[in-house]
Amino acid sequence: MLLTDSDQQALWLTLRLAGIVTLILLVVGTPIAWWLARTRAWWKGAVAAVVAMPLVLPPSVLGFYLLLAMGPQGPLGQFTQALGLGLLPFTFWGLVIASVIYSLPFMVQPLQTAFQAIGERPLEVAATLRASRLDAFFTVAVPMALPGFVSACVLTFAHTVGEFGVVLMIGGSIPGETRVAAVQIYDHVEALDYLDAHRLAGVLLVFSFLVLLAIHVWRPGTRKIG
Amino acid sequence: MKPVINVVACLLAALLCLVAPARADKITVAAASDLKYAMDEIADGFRKAHPADQVEVVYGSSGKFFAQIRNGAPYDLFFSADVAYPRELAQLGHAAAPVRSYALGRIALWSAVMDATRMTLDSLTDPAITRIAIANPRHAPYGKRAEEALRAAGLWDKVAHKLVNGESVSHATHFVQTGNAQVGMIALSLALGPDLASKGGYWLIPDTLHQPLEQGYVITRRAGNSALAKRFADYVEGPQARAVMRRYGFILPGEDAAR
Repeated sequence: MLLTDSDQQALWLTLRLAGIVTLILLVVGTPIAWWLARTRAWWKGAVAAVVAMPLVLPPSVLGFYLLLAMGPQGPLGQFTQALGLGLLPFTFWGLVIASVIYSLPFMVQPLQTAFQAIGERPLEVAATLRASRLDAFFTVAVPMALPGFVSACVLTFAHTVGEFGVVLMIGGSIPGETRVAAVQIYDHVEALDYLDAHRLAGVLLVFSFLVLLAIHVWRPGTRKIG
Repeated sequence: MKPVINVVACLLAALLCLVAPARADKITVAAASDLKYAMDEIADGFRKAHPADQVEVVYGSSGKFFAQIRNGAPYDLFFSADVAYPRELAQLGHAAAPVRSYALGRIALWSAVMDATRMTLDSLTDPAITRIAIANPRHAPYGKRAEEALRAAGLWDKVAHKLVNGESVSHATHFVQTGNAQVGMIALSLALGPDLASKGGYWLIPDTLHQPLEQGYVITRRAGNSALAKRFADYVEGPQARAVMRRYGFILPGEDAAR
């Protein structure tokens, strides 16, 4: 392998971060997307706007507020300290929480679109067959929305891999803890080690291309269920 | 058809407004982030003395400015925290004038949550201190010198696991200013700035523990014919600017460290 130990460590850390964030968002994002797809509540728009905000906000804004919120004087920081967990900035789990917020729209929006595409009818049919709502969700909605789940997970994972600004703001570039691949590349460039930067950047370039290629080539939606 | 043409014309006009260059006699100065307060004041003083001239100051890490100028960034002067960067630019043919030294920087321990005035480097081993903010020693001049000081004091192995790296000394300062790191090894010039001076004290790290933080500037090749760039450089070396630099804890060329 052309990569140095610290590069491999950074890559592995990045994949671990992206994997954990994707799993958490799958659990957290699905109910939000489901609710957004079906509700007629007047405040739906406000929730959708909050969910979409990380798309618009510069990562520096998000990182800045997260650093303040997670700091010793911030509400989140006071909460974690009261729980005896210490402070979140400069830790792996701090990055996880930040990334969950940062990547939220990439999970929720594709899922919401997929749920909306199902429409009312299949669920009404399921109800006439006495399926409970939870039952209908898992046996009807989830299989029908499977392509949505796949692209939501891939996008979330890839977007977390590509995260930089927020990690830089709250990470502190600690090897094996918060120094993800994007930050490692930045450090290489700053240290004028362009060769090292090229290697790791090349790996990410190929990775992103393959991920996007996979989404466009493999379309599970073409074999319709039902 | 007519409305479509109108819309296209409007869009084109808007585009032209956005891309049209605003030409005026103006220079852009790239300054190391430890100069934040000092250079703000110096530039203000210069603008007052020369109301017709426009000076824009951009702050950032010296290494980044080096790479950017090498690749044609439109900076007219570059004030680096490490004289090695402008020297290398000059060697690569990106300078319009010889590199000049303008100050020696000093490093200080600073804290927003503890009394840093009573600290020494040994205090950093205190278990109550779990996070120490430092500029990334791999590429930031202040980080390199801070690492040297820790090594010279025989403390590096004991505190390395507590270090959190900022991309520049001002980024490290941000970590300690928000209390996320209890202590920071930061630029004295930032500790003396209005944002920090009111919130905490500092302890000056003896400069016998590290190589001097020799700071240098250069007029870049693109500003070779700019009288304004020359004027600004002269002003920075003049008495008013020197007084400002001294106030922010810099040691000036030709002056001894009488502290």
